[in-house]
Amino acid sequence: MYDSGKIILGLIIFVGLFTSPIWYDLASGKAADKPNLVFPTKEDQKECVNTAEYMREFHMDLLNVWRDEVVRKGVRTYTSNTGKHFEMSLTKTCTGCHSNKAEFCDQCHNYLGVTPYCWNCHVEPHSAEIKR
Amino acid sequence: MNENRRKFLKLTGLAALGAATGKFADVFAKEKLTKISSLNITGKKRTTLVGIDSKKRWAMVIDLKKCLVEEGCTKCIDACHKIHNVPDFENPKDEIKWIWKEPYEQAFLDQENYYQKDNLKDKPVPIFCNHCDNPPCVRVCPTEATWKREDGIVMMDWHRCIGCRYCMAACPYGSRSFNWRDPRPFIKDIDPDFPTRTKGVVEKCTFCDERIAKGQLPACVEACSEKAMVFGDLNDPKSNVRELLKENFSIRRKPELGTNPEIYYLV
Repeated sequence: MYDSGKIILGLIIFVGLFTSPIWYDLASGKAADKPNLVFPTKEDQKECVNTAEYMREFHMDLLNVWRDEVVRKGVRTYTSNTGKHFEMSLTKTCTGCHSNKAEFCDQCHNYLGVTPYCWNCHVEPHSAEIKR
Repeated sequence: MNENRRKFLKLTGLAALGAATGKFADVFAKEKLTKISSLNITGKKRTTLVGIDSKKRWAMVIDLKKCLVEEGCTKCIDACHKIHNVPDFENPKDEIKWIWKEPYEQAFLDQENYYQKDNLKDKPVPIFCNHCDNPPCVRVCPTEATWKREDGIVMMDWHRCIGCRYCMAACPYGSRSFNWRDPRPFIKDIDPDFPTRTKGVVEKCTFCDERIAKGQLPACVEACSEKAMVFGDLNDPKSNVRELLKENFSIRRKPELGTNPEIYYLV
């Protein structure tokens, strides 16, 4: 290989620059902010519509199903696996317990860089826009 | 091929297979999870949940004599626009309206009499979506964001609306409004129980489907102190609306277009 010295040096510099955010994080001692979810306190903790494990992975699918059931089929009651009935409503049922969007929804959404547009229309609880 | 290389290939092959099956198992586990929990919705329990009653045909009768008793009354409009987070842009070009008033001659263009009864001439008539039996807006919607429910309500799914405004062009009553701007800052008093709309979405009266589902009357009917608005089921011959239509002479807006509007006015 001709000019192997220069090429290898160039590659090392490239890889170093490319991975610099990782080195920066390691050097400054703090990794990227991990999601830090605040769950409802013990007193107002009610039963969720499904298990935490399920909700973590599929809450978006569940919300889509709820949306279609309510708007398109007019079905408004959801029966959970434990037989409990819930109103299929993001702003009444979900945020009835998880009332702080910034400390709950936003934590993972920001971490993963996803921007669901639910809140463009649905009103966030305790938002500054509600003047009551 | 020497011994070492042979062993190495075997090992990598096995490892790859192992990793693949692990992944597959994971995927299947997830499938199972989704299936279990969607069962509640698509499974047998469904029939016990309240949906849309296809035996009904919701309609409204408006008694203009009663409606015109209180001059300048906007109770129905205020109630509707408040609970549905209808914005007030203070600019007629951007105006969003679910219920509004039009002079009698404008509302009923087909009533061609030169001399109207004095109690109707130029008087404001409340108008809103007619929830037509043959809705032209539904025919033109490319995304099925608007459709006629089995109980006759012409519904809107704001999740699906792409803002093409075909429905606005198709509606002969001007019942639909378009959000040219973000409506949020223009809603004086946001009701958190009802969504707002977003820029680029068409909206209109939905006959208060969210209240009907709970067995309540539409907000405008409830707000009217003169009881000029009567809401009921046209399919039931003994219903309040059918009784009113049987006993009184009624007119509808532009029936000649064949849309079969389901808001009846007693004059």
